[in-house]
Amino acid sequence: MKLFDLRGGVHPEGRKDLSADRPIRSLPLPGHLYISLQQHIGAPASPVVNIGDRVLKGQLIAAAQGAVSSAIHAPTSGVVVALGDHPAPHPSGLPVPAITLESDGEDKWIATETLDDPFALSPEQIAERVAAAGIVGLGGATFPAALKLNLSRSSGVQTLIMNGGECEPYLTCDDLIMRERAVQIVEGIRLISYAVAAKEVLVGIEDNKPEAIAAMRAAARGSAINVVVMPSMYPMGSEKQIIQVLTGKEIPAGGRPADIGVLVHNVATAFAVQQAIRYGKPLISRIATVSGGAIKQPCNLDVLIGTPVQELIEYVGGYTQPAVRLVLGGPMMGQQFVNTNVPLVKGTSGVLALTAKEIGQSEAAPCIRCSSCVRACPVGLLPLEMAAHIRASDLSGAVALGLKDCIACGSCSYVCPAHISLVHYFNYAKGDLAAQERAKLKQEAAKKLADARNERMARIERERAEAAAKRKAAREAKERAAQQAAANAEVV
Amino acid sequence: MFVAVVSITILGSAMGLFLGYAARRLAVEGNALVEEIQAILPGSQCGQCGFPGCAGAAQALADGGAPITLCPPGGRAVVQALAAKLGVEANLSDVKDSVPMIAEVKEELCIGCTRCFKVCPTDAIMGAAQRIHVVFREACTACGKCEAACPTESVKLQPIPLTLQSWYWHKPLAGRQA
Repeated sequence: MKLFDLRGGVHPEGRKDLSADRPIRSLPLPGHLYISLQQHIGAPASPVVNIGDRVLKGQLIAAAQGAVSSAIHAPTSGVVVALGDHPAPHPSGLPVPAITLESDGEDKWIATETLDDPFALSPEQIAERVAAAGIVGLGGATFPAALKLNLSRSSGVQTLIMNGGECEPYLTCDDLIMRERAVQIVEGIRLISYAVAAKEVLVGIEDNKPEAIAAMRAAARGSAINVVVMPSMYPMGSEKQIIQVLTGKEIPAGGRPADIGVLVHNVATAFAVQQAIRYGKPLISRIATVSGGAIKQPCNLDVLIGTPVQELIEYVGGYTQPAVRLVLGGPMMGQQFVNTNVPLVKGTSGVLALTAKEIGQSEAAPCIRCSSCVRACPVGLLPLEMAAHIRASDLSGAVALGLKDCIACGSCSYVCPAHISLVHYFNYAKGDLAAQERAKLKQEAAKKLADARNERMARIERERAEAAAKRKAAREAKERAAQQAAANAEVV
Repeated sequence: MFVAVVSITILGSAMGLFLGYAARRLAVEGNALVEEIQAILPGSQCGQCGFPGCAGAAQALADGGAPITLCPPGGRAVVQALAAKLGVEANLSDVKDSVPMIAEVKEELCIGCTRCFKVCPTDAIMGAAQRIHVVFREACTACGKCEAACPTESVKLQPIPLTLQSWYWHKPLAGRQA
């Protein structure tokens, strides 16, 4: 198949050999699980259990609330011991509402329904079951998968792209899941394709994963699924970039893949969809890579959602040397964290413990306008110019240069010879713009409230005056009647 | 010569008539700028600027009798919007909204006197006589009227606590680039 060129991109050292050649292992059942209620894009889930409740594995413990949200299920059987804040797997280290589950060690499943022919379901029923299983995009964006299915069906998607790019260095969780569970993934892909009535199905895999490519090709033989080998380059696994490479189409600024008739899902999401539809099993575990120069035995683990990260690190033998930086996700776009008691969430693709040598941190020097970042930017922006505007607090200038199209892939920071953390500028600017937007919305809402209050005050005043006038009229009428009566009495 | 004179005369009178018509048809009543400025201001009529409500402040701003940094609840966003509207330089160093604030009721001090919710311009306080009052975070503009009305210092303005939704990366330090 003909591939299209990708603009920009970088070639970071892969370091995937650390963890790629060991089979997936299951982590032993942890004693306590901290299940975050905010594991997806959108509104946090709302708990449907109370402290002291006994729950079974796979039981719904928090329901989706609002249009964009996702359900959360108990990863094992046990007792709910707390509902409240727990440190979030987030660079801020702020707390997130969470359900604390004490495992009873039995790991007893709730009754699930196994389907012999999942294709007997209607596309709507598949989307419904995917939503009920709490499936979110496992590539990292954690957008509720059912919403994407519904949106794609209504907008008439032609091409379904399954993302097996995994371009982030160190991460091998998608590689391993494709090697070991290709049959289930292919069934999941067929279910997704059926649910959105796609005409073409492409599975894009980078050429640094030959075993995964062979396994997926073998599993897809005889189906309409086309496994495409793509060159290894960062950020090949980004949604916009994989679409561009496989179809040659570019998503318009501010648009979605559905605008050009494309739907992109991660291969691990396809596995979760297959488990949910065929076996009725909700998303309660995922494969995560534990790797990095400071980790004793890097490998891939099948982990229950809510497991503290500390347990993963201990299971693989702990550190060989002090880790200078801990990262959730890949080294290019992952989130750094400090507290290892944070729980694993649906979107955690990896836990990395990096050494000083791997980070290679050095102080930022002045920009020499070499334009390396311009050549590296896969979106075709001018990172050096945008950063200069942001440094001078001219955020609207940066927006005019296309800040909102930045995918925060970090290619610019990676190539910068002056070690300027360009992507940090963009993340800051996007956050500040979002805060301004929120402030504006709040101000508009406050204005409406103030107007409503003024109107109400005026109405109350008016009603009071009317009531007073009425009372006065009634009193006068009464007085007149009394006078009349007195006059009549005199006459008599 | 004759053609030129006639055509210029016709053109001139036609345009003159058109302009005269347009001036009547599209006449602006009052000062439109005042209304536009009022739309930018928060509209909670808190009076912290020293003018009687946002309409008064907008009039003063339009007349040039007030600095664009006059509105404490509006913060930086309002200053920037006003600077753009009035075409003046925004001096953000005068604006002290580095930490956005919000009113909070200390339950143990609240005596349920209802004074604070009577003065709240955005109905952000809920309460009743002899009952503990509470502030709706989404509606509070931190105008400070409740703080002034509270007899027991139970209502205080506090910085809005950071959440996962509101947190974002700080601005990078320029380092040696400066």
